[in-house]
Formats: sequence, C-alpha cells, structure tokens
Amino acid sequence: MSTTKNQTTIIAETGKQELYITREFDAPRELVFKAHTDPDLYVQWLGPRGYEMVLETFEPYSGGRYRYIHKDNDGNEHGFHGVFHEISEALMIQTFEYEGLPEKGHVTLDTMRLERLPGDRTRITIQSVFQSIADRDGMIQAGMEQGLNEGYERLDELLVEI
Amino acid sequence: MARAPTTQDPFNAVAEPKRRQLLELLGGGELSVNEIVEKLGWTQPMASKHLKVLKQVGLVSERRVGRQRLYRVNAERLKPIFDWVTPFERYWSERYDRLDEVLQVIRKKEK
Repeated sequence: MSTTKNQTTIIAETGKQELYITREFDAPRELVFKAHTDPDLYVQWLGPRGYEMVLETFEPYSGGRYRYIHKDNDGNEHGFHGVFHEISEALMIQTFEYEGLPEKGHVTLDTMRLERLPGDRTRITIQSVFQSIADRDGMIQAGMEQGLNEGYERLDELLVEI
Repeated sequence: MARAPTTQDPFNAVAEPKRRQLLELLGGGELSVNEIVEKLGWTQPMASKHLKVLKQVGLVSERRVGRQRLYRVNAERLKPIFDWVTPFERYWSERYDRLDEVLQVIRKKEK
C-alpha cells in the first residue's frame, strides 16, 4: 500500500503528560535494533544535522548508562544522559534527561517497542512519559524553537494556496 | 482532565495520520471528493468520513460549485496546530530519515 516515504508520526494529546512517536522502516527488526545498539551506527543518525555527535558513555544492556553530547558549530555543547532499564530486540526502555535545562531532574521514561512487519519491515513505537504536562509541552516547544531556525517549509507549503 | 472528543478538538482531529494526509493534500489546493479519492487511493466513504471530522472542527471548509462540493484547508484554524507540533515532528523525522540511510548501507553489507 505504501509507495511513499515512511512518515514519522508524533501524537501529543492536549492535557496529557506523554507523547507517542511512530515510524516504520524498510529493514528487518534485527537491523533496526542493531542501529540502536551499535555505537558506530548510532552516532551516524542520532544527532541533528550540522552537529558533531560524541557518544561519551554507551552501555546498551539492562542497567547500563549512556551519555552523549551534541556540539554545534558555535562551540555550544548539549549533553543528554540516562540509564537503560531493558534492552531486547522487541523492547527498549530507558530514562532520558537533557542536561541543558535550568533545573536538574526533569527525566522522561521512554519505552520503545519494535514490531516485525510483513516483508522484512519494522515498526517502532515510542511512548515518552514526562513528569508533568508542563515538562512535555516544554519539550515540544524546544523542538519548535529548533524548527524555527530550519524554516517552516511544510507549513509554508500548506499556506501558500490561501 | 476530561479528554475532548475528536469531533470538537482540532488537536485530536489531526492526531489521526490519515487526516493529516488529507490536510496535506488539500494544502495543495481545493479539491472535490472524487479528486481526493483518486489521489489518495481511498474509498469514497473513507474520504467522506475524514472530511466530516475535519469540517466539524473547522479545519476544512467546503463550497458548492455547480453540482460539486469543493474542499479546502482553513489555514487560520490549522496554523496554531502546525506551529505547535510540526517542528518537533520534523526533528524526529530527519533523525529517522538518516537512520533509513544507515539501514540501507548495513543491509547491503550483510547481503
């Protein structure tokens, strides 16, 4: 049915402290899992465009820790860290914290499910639970600021006709 | 907090991927149901169902031209929603597009 590019869908219902991210891949689950747990592969896709990505600590097993840093062209460093609670091909559970927030301890609990689909395809679904609605909305807002710099191409396309 | 039904809350209405697809299509210009059916490969009842929800929350408006009804995006209602979640979605979207490339490379190597 799908001949178009795979779409990333984010669902953030009003008034809730969670959000869902869904995406399908034209690759078998073993490989999608490998791209999430092999450090050499992970650094190739995780960071935003134009940022240098440094995986400082990466222990992809239950109880392991991770920390990575995005460095932008102006020399700003953005650190992220957390722990892995569960790592298996069907299920990855981890905590996540952005170190650049004014206050420590704003952690999310991220549960990613990897489903096998027919034709050697894979669907991942991430549920990200925040400590409060304000935390969640703040995170989306931060993505929004990043998006502002990149321009509103898609919205522009939508608005061009009107 | 009680959850607003999809037919009242535009945020909930666009949470459904099919309705986003429809909005993106209509963003390209006014279309009739037949044209929507043809372009998206949907059945007519499915297109009508999603159009109805989008009309109810005010994201899509219709007008009659002769015997046809034409549908278009109501940009004023849509803007706050896309301002809100689209850039965040783009961030993830770009990340996963890069993952697609990585997967292609390792798939070739393992063959």
